[in-house]
Amino acid sequence: MTTLQESALSKPLRQPAFGVGILAVGAGLIAAFAVPVLADDYWLSSIIIPTVIMGLAGIGLNLLMGYTGLVSIGSAAFMSIGAFSTYNLLLRAPFLPLPIVLILAGLIAAIAGVIFGLPSLRIKGFYLGASTLGAQFFFEWLFTNFSWFSNDSQSLTISAPRLQILDYDLQSATGRYYLVIATTALLIALAFAIVKSRVGREWMAIRDMDVAASVIGIRVARRKLLSFGISSFFLGIAGALWAFGYLGTSDAHAFNLDKSFQILFIVIIGGVATIFGNFLGAAFIVLTPILLDRLSLIIDLSFLGDQGALANLQHIIFGTIIIVLLIKEPDGLSSLIKRGVEALRPRARSSG
Amino acid sequence: MSYFLETLVSGLFAGVMYSLVAIGFVLIYKASGVFNFAQGAMLLFSALTVVTLTEKGMPFALAFIVTSFVMVVMAILIEWLVLRPLRNRDPLTLFMATLGLSYVIEGFAQLLMGMDVHMLDLGIPDVAVQVGGIYVSQFDIIASLIALTLVATLAIAFNKTRMGISLRAVAADTLAAQSIGIRLPVIWRIVWSVAGIVALVAGLVWGSRQGVQYSLSLVTLKALPVLIIGGFSSIPGAIAGGLLVGATEALADIYIGPLVNGSVSTWFAYILAVGFLLARPAGLFGDREIERV
Repeated sequence: MTTLQESALSKPLRQPAFGVGILAVGAGLIAAFAVPVLADDYWLSSIIIPTVIMGLAGIGLNLLMGYTGLVSIGSAAFMSIGAFSTYNLLLRAPFLPLPIVLILAGLIAAIAGVIFGLPSLRIKGFYLGASTLGAQFFFEWLFTNFSWFSNDSQSLTISAPRLQILDYDLQSATGRYYLVIATTALLIALAFAIVKSRVGREWMAIRDMDVAASVIGIRVARRKLLSFGISSFFLGIAGALWAFGYLGTSDAHAFNLDKSFQILFIVIIGGVATIFGNFLGAAFIVLTPILLDRLSLIIDLSFLGDQGALANLQHIIFGTIIIVLLIKEPDGLSSLIKRGVEALRPRARSSG
Repeated sequence: MSYFLETLVSGLFAGVMYSLVAIGFVLIYKASGVFNFAQGAMLLFSALTVVTLTEKGMPFALAFIVTSFVMVVMAILIEWLVLRPLRNRDPLTLFMATLGLSYVIEGFAQLLMGMDVHMLDLGIPDVAVQVGGIYVSQFDIIASLIALTLVATLAIAFNKTRMGISLRAVAADTLAAQSIGIRLPVIWRIVWSVAGIVALVAGLVWGSRQGVQYSLSLVTLKALPVLIIGGFSSIPGAIAGGLLVGATEALADIYIGPLVNGSVSTWFAYILAVGFLLARPAGLFGDREIERV
């Protein structure tokens, strides 16, 4: 039985038992740090690192879209701001340690987010897409046309001058993994803290009924801009990690419209107004193309002809999966898992 | 001065092309409240089908009719497989579904008909003619006439036929329309079919200009600012918005571009659209019911 409050639109602030929470977090952290022991470099570099980073980006968009109810189809723009800010800070202010640089890059992205969020004060719904889509194309153009941002490199690419914290070199796959997972763990904690705080509740009030929210004294305009800012902060850091923790070398086109759409898919597929659901969505986005690749190696698809045909087939399958998921699983993969857990629970009780 | 005028006029003609694309969106948005991202993919698919058929030796007119039929079949399939299971869902979910749909349609288009760039010759000479002291491309003039004919046909169909009137009823009040016996699935099928044929015309005009290739599907993105400026639910708005975007974009490229290191056409239209949103959120001709705070 689901009441209105338990529907995805108005997520309840259910507090799990404190002890269970601590145990889960502890187990999660131990598992996260044990991963490099179990996984080889391929798994780390090609699957786990991108999944974690895209999940983090998903959290960024979900804070805006899922919790505050504001649409953005330009998320990748704020990722690119984070990436280019990190590059320039590392290059031009070499005395700054990496964590400070990441935070500053996030803040720069946040400022841009607030600026492009200004139209949200007058409009909402799908129209807001235009403003964020404007950000998408504007920053891609900016970073491509002004070579200052890429230190006048001929290819307009950026690669991290150094990735180190207190003399620990983080260039290896394991090192980059620890950088990514530690940053993400901290930001997940921050996201939970925000969502469960007064600010988070006010966001949800605005999402569910903005007029009522303003009547009970929530300063809607400020909260919306704050949501844009915090969302872009997360996206900016995710962008920096994507550029240097995953790709190594990137350019403005690594953060194109496709990337923005991928982040949208992550939020919708993972589950709107969830935190961990984003990682399910990210796993789907990262793994599906790899699985389709593997599948095509097993099944002989040579009758299709060239590699291009294969890519098209993958597009068809990917698009179909998205439509099917939207139809069959409106609340995203996270609700699928939640239902699975709840289905197991009574049995566990009766046996124990 | 004549340089300014020529830029303005060629921008206006480019705007007519944007309008052609935007009209397809408006039709679907009016009838089903969906921002159909797959419109670009439908454009690519239909243009590729015509080109492939004519390259196989089919006469152009027959290829056009066959492709129209294919687009109608596609519309029925989309209504049945995507729209019907997703009815009553929020607009964002529907938008995402059309994103998925665009992957599927593009994939099929290129899987079946290849990824090469096809030249499309509509038999319209692309030569400049002098009109009132400035040079104008003959192709642009004919393309605009095609667009005008299409718009006039649609306008008559919407205002005079029973089908068109039921469609406007659905757009005005879906629930009331259903209660007087208008069948929504039928309306959707018809609207998506018409949008498919509009995509076909737009695809042919665009395709003969820049070749039939993947990038055709990207003209979708230019339609969004056009729609915002004109209003999502108004066909005259789509045309006015298209003209405005085309003209200002061309002028901005010439006069602002050199100041900032090159072409500004990728983002200028969006900034213009945001300006419009702030000043006049319903667009030039849109309904007042736009969500705003």
